[in-house]
Amino acid sequence: MSRPEISAPPEVFYSDVESKKYTSSSRIQHIQASMTLRALDVLALPPHQHILDIGCGSGLSGEILSQEGGHVWVGMDISPAMLAVALDRDVEGDLLLADMGNGVPFRAGTFDAVISISAIQWLCNADSSNADPKKRLARFFDSLYAAVRRGGKVACQFYPRDDRQTESILRAAKTAGFSGGLVVDDEESKKNKKYYLILTAGNVNSNDINLHGVKIDKSAMTRPKRNRKEESRKEYIIRKKELMRKRGKLVALDSQFTGRKRKPRF
Amino acid sequence: MKLLTANFVQCTVKACGSSPDCFPLHFDQQIPDLPLELVHEDVDFSPEFICNILPRIEWAALLTTAGELGNTQLPDAKPEIENPHAQENEQLLRDLHTLLLETQIIQGSMRCANCGHIYFIRDSIPNFLLPGHLVQ
Repeated sequence: MSRPEISAPPEVFYSDVESKKYTSSSRIQHIQASMTLRALDVLALPPHQHILDIGCGSGLSGEILSQEGGHVWVGMDISPAMLAVALDRDVEGDLLLADMGNGVPFRAGTFDAVISISAIQWLCNADSSNADPKKRLARFFDSLYAAVRRGGKVACQFYPRDDRQTESILRAAKTAGFSGGLVVDDEESKKNKKYYLILTAGNVNSNDINLHGVKIDKSAMTRPKRNRKEESRKEYIIRKKELMRKRGKLVALDSQFTGRKRKPRF
Repeated sequence: MKLLTANFVQCTVKACGSSPDCFPLHFDQQIPDLPLELVHEDVDFSPEFICNILPRIEWAALLTTAGELGNTQLPDAKPEIENPHAQENEQLLRDLHTLLLETQIIQGSMRCANCGHIYFIRDSIPNFLLPGHLVQ
């Protein structure tokens, strides 16, 4: 299946027809439910919490929030058609029509936890000429950090298009003040691979998050140390020139004379 | 939209972010096309949730909102409840439950006191989408 993000903006893509199709497909229902349960499993929440569902759509994951632990939830989505389906299905949570890229419209410390299933990759797209994905990501995570109470937890499942998207999302979350990281399920399977962004706001004991069965990649946690001694002078110069080129600086071409010493003339 | 949610939403215009006036949103000016409409909807009673959320409710803002919606009978100070299962708290918790979770705003409009932007509520869904010129 092609990616919906590249075909149209979310409020256009999830039209009346597409919203009904999405909600009535048992395959999508099943995937959505399993991802919601997995996100709840990682968050390990006590019962009766106040939860925000970002990109709630027709309330498929919200239903699970109401059933599991009697949480009270508020959902926000940008697609009116999806929310109309949610109204028809008579979901228990409150619904808001809002664009997450303009920030979540809640005051500080509103929610105990935030959940989002297959939504935040939409932030990486510029759907109009004045939309800057970087700014939208920053605004989203900044307002989200404020809206979650200190000690609150966030789980976002998303479909990154490539590693750069994952990195920009992670960086925006870190800049906003969140700590946490990425949990990847079914890493070997290209089709079933699922990314969960697990974040905590403020001081959370790492035991509060259920990381049972998650492999922790040590190399991702510690920066690879560069062994300076193994690198020759020429390699050092070439590495630095490459870096400057990446930053858009004007750099002399590499040649056989790069990094060589001049002959002593006198 | 539940009255509980109305106690948490604030203006989403970026310039209002630092202003104390962007919360709460006011229901005092309604437009004729979209008259204010409230409805009572039954929700399962959960004393634990009320106890969990009560410390986070801005009571002054709740008084303002309830006053604008026509209920001026709330106590001036926020009630304090420690044990959700004690018999003597039962009635108070039920009242709070009815007020916060079962009172729904189906239709109307909310106004930001700082920038004056009006958010419309239709079919119990408030519209927080901003027109292009208000997006940063």
